Amino acid sequence: MARYGMVIDTKKCVGCMDCVVACKVENNVPEGYNRDWISYETAGKFPKLRQEIRSERCNHCDNPPCVYCCPCGASHIAETGGVVLIHEDKCSGCKACIAACPYNARFMHPEGYAAKCTFCIQRIEKGELPACISVCPTYCMNFGDLDDPQSKVSQLLEIRKHHCLIPAAGTKPQIYYLT
Amino acid sequence: MHELVNTRHNLQIDPHLHIWGWEIGVYLFLGGLVAGMMIISGFFIFTGRTKNTKCSCFLIPIIALIAISLGMLSLFLDLEHKLYVWRMYLTFQWTSPMSWGAWILLLVYPVLIVNVLLKLPEELYGNFPHLRKISEYLNSSHSILQTIGMISMIIGASLGMYTGVLLSALGARPLWNSSMLWILFLTSGLSSAAAFIHLVAREEEERRMLAKADNSFLIFEFVVIMLLLVGFLTSDQVHIEAVKLLLSGEYSAIFWVFVVSLGIVIPLIIQLMAVNNKIRHTVIAPIMVMLGGLILRFVIVSAGQASHWSGQVFR
Ligand code: SF4
Ligand code: SF4
Repeated sequence: MARYGMVIDTKKCVGCMDCVVACKVENNVPEGYNRDWISYETAGKFPKLRQEIRSERCNHCDNPPCVYCCPCGASHIAETGGVVLIHEDKCSGCKACIAACPYNARFMHPEGYAAKCTFCIQRIEKGELPACISVCPTYCMNFGDLDDPQSKVSQLLEIRKHHCLIPAAGTKPQIYYLT
Repeated sequence: MHELVNTRHNLQIDPHLHIWGWEIGVYLFLGGLVAGMMIISGFFIFTGRTKNTKCSCFLIPIIALIAISLGMLSLFLDLEHKLYVWRMYLTFQWTSPMSWGAWILLLVYPVLIVNVLLKLPEELYGNFPHLRKISEYLNSSHSILQTIGMISMIIGASLGMYTGVLLSALGARPLWNSSMLWILFLTSGLSSAAAFIHLVAREEEERRMLAKADNSFLIFEFVVIMLLLVGFLTSDQVHIEAVKLLLSGEYSAIFWVFVVSLGIVIPLIIQLMAVNNKIRHTVIAPIMVMLGGLILRFVIVSAGQASHWSGQVFR
């Protein structure tokens, strides 16, 4: 079975937020909410600062607490590539999953169900790329099957230094950042 | 320096999580209170105190029924998809404490109703003679009463434990992520329940007994709180940062003044003096204990949401 993930090159990302806009349009994300966002992390002592710019979203974790805590079986791991999804018509709006996500990737849709990044499941099932990736002007984002050693994402992880976010939380995130 | 800025500002999520407000605090408090009531009144029934018709075990179940219904109302008010609360009852998800809780709450009702049926007001018996038959049957043998008492204690304990596990299973919020939390909520529920029953008990002997029990619960609760804090302080950086919210941060004043001092230590001193006949029993200490229990839930629900992992983002 495929295991979809993303590999994002922080050396190329300029923080233009095209991915954020593309997601809002593609997925009709309600006003005031975002499924993806840009983080700027700066560390060091002036003038020796280093900065990492990252396009972030739900990490489609391999050990997803948001799925385990859902009382309705609405949050689930999909057949397609292990993507973490929400059945809107099963959700009761209890918000347990929002509290369970260490990345704060989820939010309450104004219509009363939990929402977040879906890796654009409607597109990837047709063989297209997620909207955020398809518009990136620096081609810094890659999407593919992490279980396939020949895929571009696997190859990048082979040769480049990388990290994921908050590994200590133990959720096994499936989005990797190249540094 | 180490600075993390992001462009997201989702409602209820940023700058820090605040998805759960007073409704959840009230619900957790009432859940704990009812749990304590079921354990205490179950214990009274189990130990044969039903022979005394003035025993508060005849009064408590009806109050508990009202309290748990108010708690469920509060929980319902919190749901974003109010009409879809029934979706929790289409499935049982064993990994989800909330699913366990939803089903436990459903078990609480029949158990409390059986408790209520043990003795009803005479007027009701007059109008519905069948009810008298049911009461007579329930009281007919020692083993039936013991079974009712035992089941009440078990379901009550499950309810009290679940209110803590519900939060502690959410590892993404370090301040909730302690296996002491269920012990704290269960003990706090017991102390609030003992305080409440102390207020409504009709017999002096029972009041004294409850005040004594409440003192033990309060001492235990104090120890549990200290161990909870020590547990965090001896854990990793994320949990140390989290517990600082209670020790020196935003929530420290309300925590130490209202929860620990006014909610545990001072009422404990007052009740110890009352039990030793230095002063008279008054309503002051029990009310302080209950308010302390309520504020404890508010503080934990709110401070827990303010605690986070984001300091750990950079490798
Ligand atoms: S990032 Fe959060 S919402 Fe996404 S799978 Fe992981 S825990 Fe769940
Ligand atoms: S808000 Fe919906 S998806 Fe999230 S845990 Fe509750 S029922 Fe499940």
